[in-house]
Amino acid sequence: MPVISVKNLSFSYGTGALKRDALKGVDLEIEKGEIVILTGPSGSGKTTLLTVIGGLRAAFDGSVEVLGQQMIGAEESTRVALRQHIGFIFQQHNLLKSLTSLQNVCMALELRDGLSEYDRQKVAGEMLKSVGLSDFLHKKPDQLSGGQKQRVSVARSLVARPDIILADEPTASLDKQNGQEIVHILKRLAREQGTTILLVTHDYRILDVADRSLLLEDGEITGTPT
Amino acid sequence: MSPVKAFFLASRLAWRQLTHEKANLFAAMLGVLFACVLVFMQLGFKDSLYASIIKLPVAMEGDLFLMHKQTEAIWRTVSFSRQQLKRAFALPEVEKAVPVYIWMAQWKNPDNKTKRTLQLLGYDPDTKLLKGKDIRENKKRLLMQDTLIFDNLSRPEFGPVEKMLSEQRLFTEINDHKVEVVGTFKIGPSFAADGNAITSALNFLRIFPERLPERIDLGVIYLKPGSNILTAQAFLQRRLDEDLNVMTHDEMIAAEMSYWQDNAPVGFIFGFGVVIGLVVGMVIVYQILFTDITNHLNEYATLKALGYPHYYLTFVVFTASLILAIIGFVPGLILSAALYRLSEGVLYIPMPLGLGKILTIFCLILGMCIISGSIAMKKLKSANPADMF
Repeated sequence: MPVISVKNLSFSYGTGALKRDALKGVDLEIEKGEIVILTGPSGSGKTTLLTVIGGLRAAFDGSVEVLGQQMIGAEESTRVALRQHIGFIFQQHNLLKSLTSLQNVCMALELRDGLSEYDRQKVAGEMLKSVGLSDFLHKKPDQLSGGQKQRVSVARSLVARPDIILADEPTASLDKQNGQEIVHILKRLAREQGTTILLVTHDYRILDVADRSLLLEDGEITGTPT
Repeated sequence: MSPVKAFFLASRLAWRQLTHEKANLFAAMLGVLFACVLVFMQLGFKDSLYASIIKLPVAMEGDLFLMHKQTEAIWRTVSFSRQQLKRAFALPEVEKAVPVYIWMAQWKNPDNKTKRTLQLLGYDPDTKLLKGKDIRENKKRLLMQDTLIFDNLSRPEFGPVEKMLSEQRLFTEINDHKVEVVGTFKIGPSFAADGNAITSALNFLRIFPERLPERIDLGVIYLKPGSNILTAQAFLQRRLDEDLNVMTHDEMIAAEMSYWQDNAPVGFIFGFGVVIGLVVGMVIVYQILFTDITNHLNEYATLKALGYPHYYLTFVVFTASLILAIIGFVPGLILSAALYRLSEGVLYIPMPLGLGKILTIFCLILGMCIISGSIAMKKLKSANPADMF
């Protein structure tokens, strides 16, 4: 059974004369452990698709099953519960600036029951170590470089061992070298945990990490990028 | 996640966010502190006002008190006929009836000769009307012509009477009438009278030649031991002139209080000050929390994307408001305590800072912060994780 199964999904913004279709009958299936890159021009609906799959946006047409849960017409509480099984990586790192790297990563663990403060710090510390930040556990985001912040963000998305990682342009604000490093760290750790990744990007330099690449144009999946 | 754990973790996050931006935290603390001091001072002034105005009635001793119905407060009496007091003896339980004259008089400061108004009481010093050893010890001297005793706790503008008295015999003028100060007692000023002095009824009438001896301001009745005060009160109220109020000691104190609470706008003014202080504090705390939420909106949206439910974020804002209440209240209390001591020095009226008042004000400040937090929380709704992409 696929981890993500999207059938004939349509989504539009606005109403009446201002109505604009973002997704027009999208079909997409992603198997467990697959790494899929979704690419396409600006405004093609990539981010909309990602937010619907992640339960951040309510959609009403078609079918979106994520981890066996139907997202179409789902309650807010269902979507909140689903998000706890998904790790998000944003274009901006979106770390909490009042917290240290360790505390930021712990935020993804504090939702889980049965972990003591000690457990959380241990797991988060190990995760930060595996993204190469063992010397920066107690630094706040202001004291980190852009690449380091995005690594903390990767650690935060993976630390709770989610089933799915949804990443939106994770390399957009990084230079080539840092961008390559981030996606390769992400790939390595996802493989270790058996995590499925759906990654939206403009960045053709990172297409090689994917098992499969899809091109989204004008709200429809039109094939693979060339 | 259990609610207790969520509350603990949310308050820890609130604490970390608040302490991350020290300048904002300091501004918020000042806002709460300001509200705190304002409320403390207003309530302090109000309580000390009430405490000061009942000092004279509380110092009096007697079973029943007669006053004209038009008398609103002791410092502004309407006089009534002394005959009424004699008619009280129709009741066999009445042992003694004492006429009292009370009027505001111009006192000349014996040191620098400036004039200031004080409250002068005239009554037979051989009675037990006013409590206090210092008053009763002086009663013989008050029987002499043109003598009075002076309230040592009066405001200092009346002159260093006790010091001058200890050096030599002290003469001064009251209503341009020469008198000798023969002793001191302690009652203290009120909001109506800056000072007090006591003289005999005869001397009182010499000081105020325009006052008629048969028009008195207050009548005090002493019953024979074992008499029922309430029956006597009912009897006298029925038999005496209908213009008169016959009150027990407690009723007289209550009447004095109610004048200041209800008839004089003073109680209202202080109550108004308390409300203004709380509203200003509420606006400041709301502004701080609202700005804080706006600044952290991205972070709250991120937390929602991580799977945090909305109620967790409301906990964060709620506990932030509790933290602001506490860190503003503690220095506010310390500053208020210092200002109370300072005010006592200026007003010559005691301002006690009791535990009850501290707890009351803490609850007010806490309520103020919680209301601000609840209003600011609405802003959390605009933290939409879908906007993060």
